[in-house]
Amino acid sequence: MNLGKIRQILRAEVIVGSPLDREIEVCCACDLMSEVLSCVPTGSSCLLLTNLAHSQTIRTAEIAEIPVICFVRGRKPESQNIESAKKNGLVLLSTYFSLYEASGRLYKEGMPGCSGSRVS
Amino acid sequence: MITYPKAPKIQELGYELKVRQAMNRNLITVEPQTSMSKLRGVLRSNRISGVPVTRENKLLGVICVEDLVNWLMSGAKDCAIEEKMSKDVVTLCADEPLVHAINKLQQYGFFHFPVLERESGELLGTITREDIIRKLLQKLEIEYREEEIRRYRASHIFEDIMADKTSLIFQYYIVGQDFNRAGESSSALKKSLKRLGTHPDIARRVAIAVYEAEMNVVIYARGGEITVKVDPNQIRIEVEDSGPGIPDIEKAMQPGYSTAPEWVRELGFGAGMGLNNIKKCADEMNITSTVGKGTRLEIYVATKKESVSYEVK
Repeated sequence: MNLGKIRQILRAEVIVGSPLDREIEVCCACDLMSEVLSCVPTGSSCLLLTNLAHSQTIRTAEIAEIPVICFVRGRKPESQNIESAKKNGLVLLSTYFSLYEASGRLYKEGMPGCSGSRVS
Repeated sequence: MITYPKAPKIQELGYELKVRQAMNRNLITVEPQTSMSKLRGVLRSNRISGVPVTRENKLLGVICVEDLVNWLMSGAKDCAIEEKMSKDVVTLCADEPLVHAINKLQQYGFFHFPVLERESGELLGTITREDIIRKLLQKLEIEYREEEIRRYRASHIFEDIMADKTSLIFQYYIVGQDFNRAGESSSALKKSLKRLGTHPDIARRVAIAVYEAEMNVVIYARGGEITVKVDPNQIRIEVEDSGPGIPDIEKAMQPGYSTAPEWVRELGFGAGMGLNNIKKCADEMNITSTVGKGTRLEIYVATKKESVSYEVK
């Protein structure tokens, strides 16, 4: 799914990063970073939906090669973390929907999860 | 007449490249029996100033704009191209170095030369100044790119060092309890591995394993040390800390088992997945621990499947 469309569906604000015209293959909605590290498929273009907006969320994305993070409930990381995301070429978004609502909206529109399942 | 710069690199390339590599294979030819009145159309539609005259791929001559103009000026009757073409044609062989083509262009002041196969004399293509310039620039561009990549990458270190076995060792120091800086070593290690030419998937696996290990040190210990040994065939990572140690390793390996404090869990770690994640990413993992002294973790990741030599103790 195109990131521009994802942004529309989530009515998300762009905190930092570009381009928005890129394909996202899977979505992972999770607040447990160890889980993210273990379940995001290698070499996939993944969107991470999470409540956690601290330095280790950015670090996890960098290590696991997740190009886009969308923070839910309007959360935003501190400016030094935004800087580090920028340095690593990440796109950061923020949506006012909760983790459940944001996930549901994307899933309904056909965005697959890490296990590859999608709405039929 | 164009003068080619006497740059040593261009000259070197001129000898290295062959006429065959630069010539235009898109052959436009005319038959000897074609009439002069049709020549104008051929030259114009192909935007060329001259064209080889062939019969069954054998070069008989060349007819050019000048011949056409002379024929028109003379007001003579229409005739076969054969009668007006230049039969004494200067040609090049496909296996000659490009510098010969450059010299001949300068010497004769022609715009193009037919290129022949040496043995059979078959016409293969034509070469113009434009073709030569294009090929030289293309070659320079490729060499420049290769040099840039080589300069950025450090992978050639393994080729440059002459030894029976080459390994690279580097270390990182982990500061305990400093959650904000956790992962810095893994991040630096990942970047370094990529520069060393490690496959991106392998670098990612190593980074995830080391990140989890680093996080454990940050959570439980006052500090620790990561030692990475990179061989051409495998990466060995040793993470050593002076923490409280693990009383029961088997239990610690159970998914979900954790003794992490609440503040760590709130940050998305300490859910009892760390050691399992490391095991999943590693080809081999060893853990030894002494309560009250510290923990030592060894991780092996093979970079070339066929030749792995674990130094398992």
